Amino acid sequence: MAGSRVPVREQDPKVRAHNFEEVCLGYDEAEAVQEAQRCLGCKKPMCVAGCPVGIDIPGFIARLKEGDAVGASRVLARDSALPAVCGRVCPQETQCEGRCVLGVKGEPVAIGKLERYAADTARRMGVQAEPPQEKNGMRVAVIGAGPAGLTCAGDLARMGYEVKIFEALHQAGGVLVYGIPEFRLPKREVVEAEIENVRRLGVQIETNVVVGRSVTIDGLLDEEGYDAVFIGSGAGLPKFMGIPGENGNGVFSANEYLTRANLMKAFSDEYDTPIVTGRRVAVVGGGNVAMDAARTALRLGAQTHIVYRRGEQELPARAEEVHHAKEEGVVFDLLTNPREILLDENGWVRGMVCVRMGLGEPDASGRRRPVEIEGSEFTMEVDTVIMALGTSPNPLIASTTRGLETNRWRCIVADERDGRTTKEGVYAGGDAVTGAATVILAMGAGKAAAKGIDAYLKGRKK
Amino acid sequence: MYPIRRAEKLADKIYLMDVEAPRTARSAEPGQFLIVKIDARGERIPLTICDYDRERGLVTIVFQVVGASTERMAALGVGDAFDTVVGPLGRPSEMLADPDIRQKKVLFVAGGVGTAPVYPQVKWLRAQGVAADVVIGARSADLLILQGEMEAVAGGVYIATNDGSAGVQGMVTDVVRDLVQRQGRRYDLCVAIGPMVMMKFTAQLTRELGIPTVVSLNPIMVDGTGMCGACRVSVGGQTRFACVDGPEFDGHLVDFDGAMKRQQMYRTEEGRALLRLREGKTHRGGCGHCGGED
Repeated sequence: MAGSRVPVREQDPKVRAHNFEEVCLGYDEAEAVQEAQRCLGCKKPMCVAGCPVGIDIPGFIARLKEGDAVGASRVLARDSALPAVCGRVCPQETQCEGRCVLGVKGEPVAIGKLERYAADTARRMGVQAEPPQEKNGMRVAVIGAGPAGLTCAGDLARMGYEVKIFEALHQAGGVLVYGIPEFRLPKREVVEAEIENVRRLGVQIETNVVVGRSVTIDGLLDEEGYDAVFIGSGAGLPKFMGIPGENGNGVFSANEYLTRANLMKAFSDEYDTPIVTGRRVAVVGGGNVAMDAARTALRLGAQTHIVYRRGEQELPARAEEVHHAKEEGVVFDLLTNPREILLDENGWVRGMVCVRMGLGEPDASGRRRPVEIEGSEFTMEVDTVIMALGTSPNPLIASTTRGLETNRWRCIVADERDGRTTKEGVYAGGDAVTGAATVILAMGAGKAAAKGIDAYLKGRKK
Repeated sequence: MYPIRRAEKLADKIYLMDVEAPRTARSAEPGQFLIVKIDARGERIPLTICDYDRERGLVTIVFQVVGASTERMAALGVGDAFDTVVGPLGRPSEMLADPDIRQKKVLFVAGGVGTAPVYPQVKWLRAQGVAADVVIGARSADLLILQGEMEAVAGGVYIATNDGSAGVQGMVTDVVRDLVQRQGRRYDLCVAIGPMVMMKFTAQLTRELGIPTVVSLNPIMVDGTGMCGACRVSVGGQTRFACVDGPEFDGHLVDFDGAMKRQQMYRTEEGRALLRLREGKTHRGGCGHCGGED
């Protein structure tokens, strides 16, 4: 019965390397039902414990076994506002699927692909979120329309709160629209549809508001009459290595490169925003963002390399992304670390000096520490370098809010159980609190904070 | 949408607009900037805030046509609207937080369209009882902007043009040198806003003259909120982000040469977009810019 996983159909790597269409095509009904049959429906499901938002996984899969995708989507909607997104971008192998008992001896159930199937099918059939019955008269402001903010807002709206999201960019979605590329997460069909569902719950979204500049948190609480605030403002300033040549022309943060390509659609001639495509591109880093940047550069026509200082085992990206990147022709220069970016007389990148690394003893992160191999310096011929090294928090909100504490990494201090910060009535979650992490962890934090805000406001009322 | 309430052509390729953007108008302070986007396919364009009317919810922007997007902007008028106006962005001018500003002698050096962001600072100082001197530089008389507005709020206004068609013939630095060395004026602070090369040479001169100098940078930017890092600039050997750490920096510490090189980055791409706009699908290369030959 358990057997092996039903394979999922994908665009041919040779074809998709030249387009921005979605790579994974998903299951059809027969495939989904067949894969769902593999689920043992454990009494004590380990997969649920592995899910940051605690989705009733055996519950939705049981509906799929009966071919009831709409019923499955309703089970998903109880715990997640963004199931079609999560089915595509969650690191399932370290969460739900990583705990699946079938994985002990064989392949775990393809939970992510089934979640995606249920959410996509329900959406195509026109199933919509149901607005809450009653409003409780209290108002909550949510900062940032990314995964944390949308989840928190959706949950609060379902509880009867009047919720408004303030978004700094001109479009809602946060990293789902500016960061994760179209070929991994279709914007119009999937992201906009799920955001529309959050709106349908009664959540309002005001774009083009930079909290800390256009308005402050104190202003929202004292002047605009909000009873509580959730900060889900996301990651911040891109990190650079601090090596010579880094401010040269043709050196980009992955944030900039991806924002130009995804949010501003610079890859299309229909849009005005320019992007430097490059002929030979090096992407420095080994996370999901690095894979996204590399695969975007590849699609724009560049010969693309990932340059990462640790080894294959240590790559923090989702296994599927690494696999897809390799299939498409991204070259992996592992155990390689940049030392200097060489510039021509006009300040443009003409090469990157790198050094080979070996692996030493495990460091604080548990991964083996990379050490430079002496005399192994060499020059990579590249004309574009993209730094995908993570981000450090944006100081804007913390520096303009009285009584909001940050830690020594300048992240906002918040209780991970309920999102409570050091300022009364102000809650926070997602990358603004943890530093760069995943969509699903941000959603989990948004969910916890919604419960925290509800408990706080109900307690205050009495 | 953000409706345009006034649109004027100030000089060749230089335009002024009042745009309704209540949140930005309510919070704007001198020294800050905003970002506009024309429509769904437009790019995000950072512009300094020239003036604001909190009660009417209006912000005043002044821009110069330098590429395809600003050319499209110039074609807009009353009755049109921007898809996006977001701001205020960046930190307010440092002088706003200076407790001794009323006792200070301040000199502004404005170049070309940089005259627009100088105006709200001079106006703010006037409200504090300080009459600042302003040097305005332009290529020629017909490219001078906001001279009358500036004269209404400044102490002395001094003009320099390359061709001598207004004020003295020469550079703004010639005027600054004359004011300080020949006329013996003393300044506690200089604020220079204009083309990068003008700020570079002004800062070089004021270092020699011993006048602390603030410059306002307008580098390449995408989001303007501290996310993309495109606006990074080396200041005193450290990488700073103009959108959250600036746009004002110590003019004596900015690496202008590096900043000028970065500004060239999209020249070719901007040129391409401009050519597409002007000649549409009929353009088939040969210009050396658009890659139409490929």
